[in-house]
Amino acid sequence: MVSLNSGAGSTVTVTDTGVARHGAGLAVRDAVVRYTRPRDGLWRPARAGTTAVDHVWLEVDEGEIVALLGPSGCGKSSLLRAVAGLEPLAGGTVRWDDADLAGVPVHRRQFGLLFQDGQLFPHRDAGRNVAYGLEAQHVPAPERARRVAGLLDLVGLTGYERRRVATLSGGERQRVALARALAPSPRLLLLDEPLSALDRRLRERLAADVRRVLKETGTTALFVTHDHEEAFAVADRVGVMSDGRLLQVATPDELREKPASRDVAEFLGLS
Amino acid sequence: MTPGPHGLGPRLPGFGRRGVRGVSATHAAWAGWALAALIPLSFLALFFAWPVVALVMRGFVSDGTVDLTGFADVLGRPRTWRLIGLTLAQSVLGTTFALLAGLPVAFLLYRRAFPGRSLLRGLVTVPFVLPTVVVGVAFRSLFVPDGVLGFLGLEETLGGIVVALVFFNLSVVVRTVGGLWERLDPRAEQAAAALGASPRRVWWTVTLPSLAPALVSAASVVFLFCATAFGVVMVLGGARYGTVETEIWVRTTQFLDLRSAAVLSILQLVVVAAALTISARTRGRREAALHLVSDKASAQALGRTRGDAAAVAATAAVVGGLILLPLGGLLLRSFQGPDGRIGLANYTALGTTGERGALTVTVWEALGNSLRTAAWACAIALVVGGLVALVASRRPRRTGARRAVSLLDGLFMLPLGVSAVTVGFGFLVTLDQPLGIEYDLRTSPALVPIAQAVVAVPLVTRTVLPVLRAIDPRLREVAGTLGAGPGAVLRTVDLPLAARSLGLAVGFAFAVSLGEFGATSFLVRPQSATLPVVIFRLIGRPGAENYGMALAASVVLAALTAVVMMLAERLRGDHGGGEF
Repeated sequence: MVSLNSGAGSTVTVTDTGVARHGAGLAVRDAVVRYTRPRDGLWRPARAGTTAVDHVWLEVDEGEIVALLGPSGCGKSSLLRAVAGLEPLAGGTVRWDDADLAGVPVHRRQFGLLFQDGQLFPHRDAGRNVAYGLEAQHVPAPERARRVAGLLDLVGLTGYERRRVATLSGGERQRVALARALAPSPRLLLLDEPLSALDRRLRERLAADVRRVLKETGTTALFVTHDHEEAFAVADRVGVMSDGRLLQVATPDELREKPASRDVAEFLGLS
Repeated sequence: MTPGPHGLGPRLPGFGRRGVRGVSATHAAWAGWALAALIPLSFLALFFAWPVVALVMRGFVSDGTVDLTGFADVLGRPRTWRLIGLTLAQSVLGTTFALLAGLPVAFLLYRRAFPGRSLLRGLVTVPFVLPTVVVGVAFRSLFVPDGVLGFLGLEETLGGIVVALVFFNLSVVVRTVGGLWERLDPRAEQAAAALGASPRRVWWTVTLPSLAPALVSAASVVFLFCATAFGVVMVLGGARYGTVETEIWVRTTQFLDLRSAAVLSILQLVVVAAALTISARTRGRREAALHLVSDKASAQALGRTRGDAAAVAATAAVVGGLILLPLGGLLLRSFQGPDGRIGLANYTALGTTGERGALTVTVWEALGNSLRTAAWACAIALVVGGLVALVASRRPRRTGARRAVSLLDGLFMLPLGVSAVTVGFGFLVTLDQPLGIEYDLRTSPALVPIAQAVVAVPLVTRTVLPVLRAIDPRLREVAGTLGAGPGAVLRTVDLPLAARSLGLAVGFAFAVSLGEFGATSFLVRPQSATLPVVIFRLIGRPGAENYGMALAASVVLAALTAVVMMLAERLRGDHGGGEF
């Protein structure tokens, strides 16, 4: 059990795996994402597009961290974007606590998003980047400053409030981006290859930090990566994707011991 | 209010509302974008398309029936072909020499680092924003028989006009080509050299092809400006030399021969449309090519190689002979009074209405008129051009909407190419009853600012648009996931990131409006004449005093424009945005 006294002052208790009651959380049902190719010319008909996500079912319980693992181009990022509401679904549904999110715009879903390259706002310093989501929620300034300080502390960047984004290293940027994504207390945090742009040693250290921070804040998370060591280090359960299909979802141990198919075993480097 | 899942804060009430509300929010967003596109489109339709089309129609319809004999008539005249030939010659020569003169300058100012570089960059920009009338006056004072370059016999010749056009368009080449050159990855050249290519071979096989999109883009824009140049040709060409553009003016104002003017306008539109198409195509390629280049500046310190020495020599010749000589000459001559003595006589005369009452207002009053008009024009251009840039910077998912966005982008380039004279005269023809409303806009003080805004809008758009397009769409997506609605994203992401380019756009719009001559000369009333109009009047009137006043007034206008542009340049900062 972990007890955490966070910035807002209330104490939260979560179990080691973070799994809360069953049925609550994210449910992706039969999701399909298609990209239409742009037309070659004005008078030619639109050609059939590619199917990036092909009838995927996935559940993420509250407090759980699930990784989507697969080679680049397997559709894992498209699935993540569809969950965030950035990509329209060609079929199926995305639900939260059993309510359909179709038609709920990105900014009302309360799903945080962390990109590979952080995408920090270049015109704001580190502290004001973290404060961005709190400003959108109209949190009063003193309260905001306290929570920004608490979050920077949480990601190991105590006192970085006034630092300009351009002066931060790659790892520091991702830490600020993580703090920023956590600030508005998202119901679900989506992480799109958050560590892939970093060098190997930094990646390993940050992977452990990301898991610690997510667990300490009890954040439900869906994590996309092409690195299976990273997936095993961060996630409670791992889903293996290939060609738009979700092949298997299981705990790291189960995956290692009983890969469901040759493809899964091959991708994990087990065969 | 329910507590958050992990105590970092309470949920925002209404944050997770879903269903119908979400759908209506999407509709609201669509309505917002439609409105944002509709405002500039109405402006363009009312103050550009309608006047131009109405004027052109006037040439084809006589007594209520379509009459196409005008075409045969005008095209049958040898004078027309001479004018077309001169226009093309002027444009081709102006473009060629601007490219040749601009390349070494672009190399030196964007690939080499040396003290005073930013000052030199600023100096090269000055000609582009100088009012055409001032440029004309400056070169005229060099070319007159007793001028510094009088011995060349360039007064009222094609050669003289081409020199002035190169002066005017040099900065377009330097900025467009230099902007790309600066960010070109030097490793491609280094790789070629490592493969045994001589510097000459590297230049022809690697550097030049990489620069090609910027070169073609710059060439088409310069061609456009040369083909539609008005003020420069009017001042330098005198009675002996003319182009299609000046002929439109002569036909409409001197002979009231609208039919010929309309035919000439159409001929010019064809040329302009061709140049714009080429420009748009290469611009698309250029923006795509930019992904290949490194974003950190790759300028080296100035070396002692032969190439660098040649670039320094060429730049010194271009900047000294083409920029400093005419501007310095203008400045010196402005202090030479009507009696030949050096002093401030010309400047003190600016408080008068000129020799033998050449003007209705004093030059200082005209300066006040100019500032007032330009401020209004600038405000209008900023709203209209800003909205165009905002809409055109979006990348909608649907193909149709995407097409509409790029069409909008292209439409607003048109005023850049269509003769300002045509716009001005079109205003006079149509705006007595705008949209059939009985309100004579022609007598309204809003008329001149609106006409100047039509000319300034494309510059605002082209300055702001590249900056907005360069914003990573994921930055807006992140803002969305942090709870910012579409309006909040515009306010907190797009606006602060584009703020500097907006400042630069204000400077451009203001400077262009200050110097606008073609449309203004048609529309302005004597008592509200602007500075360029007053300068042109003074040149056209006999008397040494009037000529001296024109020189002094040109210096004042040039100084004012330079100050505006310098303030705007400071806003641009290191990372340049825009095309000019």
